Amino acid sequence: MNPMTGDPDQGGSKPASAPSHSLRHAAGPYFGDYGGRWMPESLIAAMDELNETFEAAKADPEFIAQVKDLNKNYSGRPSLLTEAKRFSEAAGGVRVFLKREDLNHTGSHKINNVLGQALLAKRMGKTRIIAETGAGQHGVASATAAALMGLECVVYMGAEDTRRQALNVARMQLLGATVIPVTAGSQTLKDAINEALRDWVANVGTTHYLLGTAAGGHPFPAMVRYFHEVIGEEAREQIIAQAGRLPDAVAACIGGGSNAIGIFHGFLDDADVELYGFEAGGDGIDTPRHAATITLGRPGVLHGAKSYLMQDDDGQTIESHSISAGLDYPGVGPEHAYLADIGRVHYEPITDTEAMDAFSLLCRTEGIIPAIESSHALAGVLKIAERKIAAGAVPKETIIIANLSGRGDKDVGTAAEWFNLIDTEKDAK
Amino acid sequence: MSPVSKSAAAIAAARAEGRPALICYLPAGFPDVQGTIDAAVAMAENGADIIEVGIPYSDPVMDGSVIQAATVQSLAQGFKVAQVFDIVKGITERCSATVMIMTYWNPVLRMGVDEFSRRLAEAGGAGLITPDLVPDEAAEWMEASDKYGLDRVFLVAPSSTEARMKATVDASRGFVYCVSVMGVTGARAEVSDAAAAVVAAAHAAGAENACVGLGVSARKHVEEIGAYSDGVIVGTALVAALRDGGVDAVAKLTAELSGRAVNA
Ligand SMILES: Cc1ncc(COP(=O)(O)O)c(C=O)c1O
Repeated sequence: MNPMTGDPDQGGSKPASAPSHSLRHAAGPYFGDYGGRWMPESLIAAMDELNETFEAAKADPEFIAQVKDLNKNYSGRPSLLTEAKRFSEAAGGVRVFLKREDLNHTGSHKINNVLGQALLAKRMGKTRIIAETGAGQHGVASATAAALMGLECVVYMGAEDTRRQALNVARMQLLGATVIPVTAGSQTLKDAINEALRDWVANVGTTHYLLGTAAGGHPFPAMVRYFHEVIGEEAREQIIAQAGRLPDAVAACIGGGSNAIGIFHGFLDDADVELYGFEAGGDGIDTPRHAATITLGRPGVLHGAKSYLMQDDDGQTIESHSISAGLDYPGVGPEHAYLADIGRVHYEPITDTEAMDAFSLLCRTEGIIPAIESSHALAGVLKIAERKIAAGAVPKETIIIANLSGRGDKDVGTAAEWFNLIDTEKDAK
Repeated sequence: MSPVSKSAAAIAAARAEGRPALICYLPAGFPDVQGTIDAAVAMAENGADIIEVGIPYSDPVMDGSVIQAATVQSLAQGFKVAQVFDIVKGITERCSATVMIMTYWNPVLRMGVDEFSRRLAEAGGAGLITPDLVPDEAAEWMEASDKYGLDRVFLVAPSSTEARMKATVDASRGFVYCVSVMGVTGARAEVSDAAAAVVAAAHAAGAENACVGLGVSARKHVEEIGAYSDGVIVGTALVAALRDGGVDAVAKLTAELSGRAVNA
């Protein structure tokens, strides 16, 4: 049970422990054969401390009240569930609802997790948090939580990303964080995680590693999910209130998998609700430039967990590619690997082009500029709708929820370039 | 019944001479495959009891910048994991040093734990040092290492609890690798005094051989640490020597570390 949200179908008269067949509350460390702790011994004590603190906090009404209060009065929860009527027309007339995580403070779902983890850091008496970031969304959220709670904050970011996302670097700095460009390895998100782990090993006494997605060693996957469960629980209640029933399908984009596991949580035990995770297909999965980890990856261990992984025949991690920095990661959270294997969630790739078409469509039909990450879920919705209609579903009796995990302010530069809105030749002169 | 441990035998032989074992690291394929073999043989001829050959890996979270740079170069030159067996064979054919492989776990998983272990044993290797594998996740490796008679060296750290220390010592064969500091590989001016406490805890947990690594770079460290431990592990300083001065520099530094005259 997640008392933070009241968890409508688990609370009250029902027993506190989830039934054994439930998929919603998998506690880790293992999700089927995935998960665990494939990491250096030096960090195990810190992971144990974190796990104990997290377990105690979940049972502490004061902690739950703190999280609830921050969610409501700082982030602005509950986030809206908006019926996207004009976008629905473009989707063949099926009813599309958007879970508006873009409306949260800092502009994405990431805030849910950072507030929770920053509170845990304080409970552990840590004075410093470190984080990795790709585009800067999780880095900005971490810097925000650190400012709010009076913690020192250091963000590791691939050197290439610090150049491409100069505005987000400035945002983090304005919030008082130190941004360290990572020049090691491939200089991408995975190397930023490596560097954060190296920092953590050396400073574990004072420092909490605030991992930004539902990946990593135990307890990170289950803990990050816990802080995002509010997305799915709100969405479930809202769709019942607004449409009178559960949706036919729920769609989310998959980077490491945090926004997706958060919204899926609300529906995992509703067997009739189809769940879809959309990975970054980059230039296409028939090219080497993509981040379709579950679609094409193979099981392996990276950053502390066993899961699907983009790797070569030697077990070396392959660099991923996506127009969306937040999905540009060669790994994925272990719970998704498990949900893929048992067939509960369908994972499919969406190319850069499909995502940008959906991005444009939402801008022009709804007046909402989505994050490019979230646009992968929107493109997925269009595919699900087409298939359902082809299979004979009555469009206006078909309901799909897309998790709009973030807003596109950070992506304006990328999108302007994609749609040729910037005269680059003139700018160069 | 546990197989005879090659690395324990090497440490025992050093102990019989009244000194700590000297364990020397270098990355496979750096500066190239033949260069790794030549440098390892030079280490053995200048006092190394155990050679630790590291497999270059894309995500080396326990390594500092010097070793990272060497492994990045090796990978960029096209190093393939299977070549590590040629290197182990090349070294064991030319000298009597005990040869271990140090590897992050995913390359082993990818090849298959049993297959990797079989090929390592065939090449004459003694076992594996596994910086990101804890005994909790090592069931497959425990089985394969028993089957092929390989040593399994797990790491213990200043942060290891008594219970974890005991479990790790029990799971290890050959020696336990005592991490001297909370940190990654890299030469340090002074070796942390946390090392003595880790070694004492490992001995108290029943370890026959507790060897110290991370930060060790000079003869004075070897003497200091050798006074309370069973072996001393040197990595970054040797990699830097190989980078800057080739095999000759490695021979010289190894001789210095072992307190001998250079055998060129
Ligand atoms: C808006 C948005 N959506 C999704 C993601 C992907 O992360 P996850 O899969 O953990 O939700 C990110 C990551 O930066 C993001 O910023």
